[in-house]
Amino acid sequence: MKTETQKTLMGYVAGLLFGLGLAVSGMTDPARVLGFLDLAGAWDPTLMFVLGGAVITNFIGYRLVLRRPHPLLGERFQLPTRTDLDGRLIGGAALFGIGWGLSGYCPGPAFASFAGLSAPLAAMLLAMVLGWFLARAIPARS
Amino acid sequence: MDGMASLQGLIGGILIGLSATWLMATLGRIAGISGILGTLITQRPRGDSAWRLAFLLGLISGPVVLMMLGGGLGNVAGGGVDVTGEVIGAPAGGVPLMLAAGLLVGLGTGLGSGCTSGHGVCGLARLSPRSLAATVIFLVAAIVTVFVVRHVIGGGA
Repeated sequence: MKTETQKTLMGYVAGLLFGLGLAVSGMTDPARVLGFLDLAGAWDPTLMFVLGGAVITNFIGYRLVLRRPHPLLGERFQLPTRTDLDGRLIGGAALFGIGWGLSGYCPGPAFASFAGLSAPLAAMLLAMVLGWFLARAIPARS
Repeated sequence: MDGMASLQGLIGGILIGLSATWLMATLGRIAGISGILGTLITQRPRGDSAWRLAFLLGLISGPVVLMMLGGGLGNVAGGGVDVTGEVIGAPAGGVPLMLAAGLLVGLGTGLGSGCTSGHGVCGLARLSPRSLAATVIFLVAAIVTVFVVRHVIGGGA
């Protein structure tokens, strides 16, 4: 099999695992997500278990994987190197949080819910893509 | 507290963590949805798009596979109308609300270089200070937003 085909296959498997994980955990239901974010209501702890399970698994996984000289099908691990906090990061995270709190959708669950497409979900996805284009149009200072 | 829902959350979370580890082990990439898909859609990088598109197709097919397996393997909270049985829940609002929310999520994750997966699942696992800051900020912003919508404007509904 050609390397390019293998890479595509690995990408599919990663997406499939991710989508299965979101579905099994119930993160494809905005009511679950909003239930977690609603500390003053009938609090739903599910998202805490999802994020905790994912971070701990990946923490161990990264430690095993990043010991290797390079990934299976690539020349190097492509990791972010910045450690500084800037306005773009802080402001962006705040805007994202507001949108997440309004809808109960972050990008993963929104796209993973495509099989249940409705007019509101279509609006969410289209507006999100528009937002990605807008963010690219805003130049980084310095 | 619903023990079964929490257990499914934990199992699903482990699957998501395995996905992130898998993508790093095979392609050397961070499993951040806004990064993978945002780059695919806004830039279509030559020679670097096929795996992103495949990831998107996998992401969409995950819940479909679970639906086909049947037997109520999903974990929807049960509120509102579930458009696809017990796997995919219904949106929490109408088109105007989702347009506003989608724009904020797209713009915010674009400017902030990541979302719940890139900063949360991957960044926290790398102990990145930027990702820790972003995760705390978007969680607090989301919690405050839900409080205002449900308990200030909505009167506790």
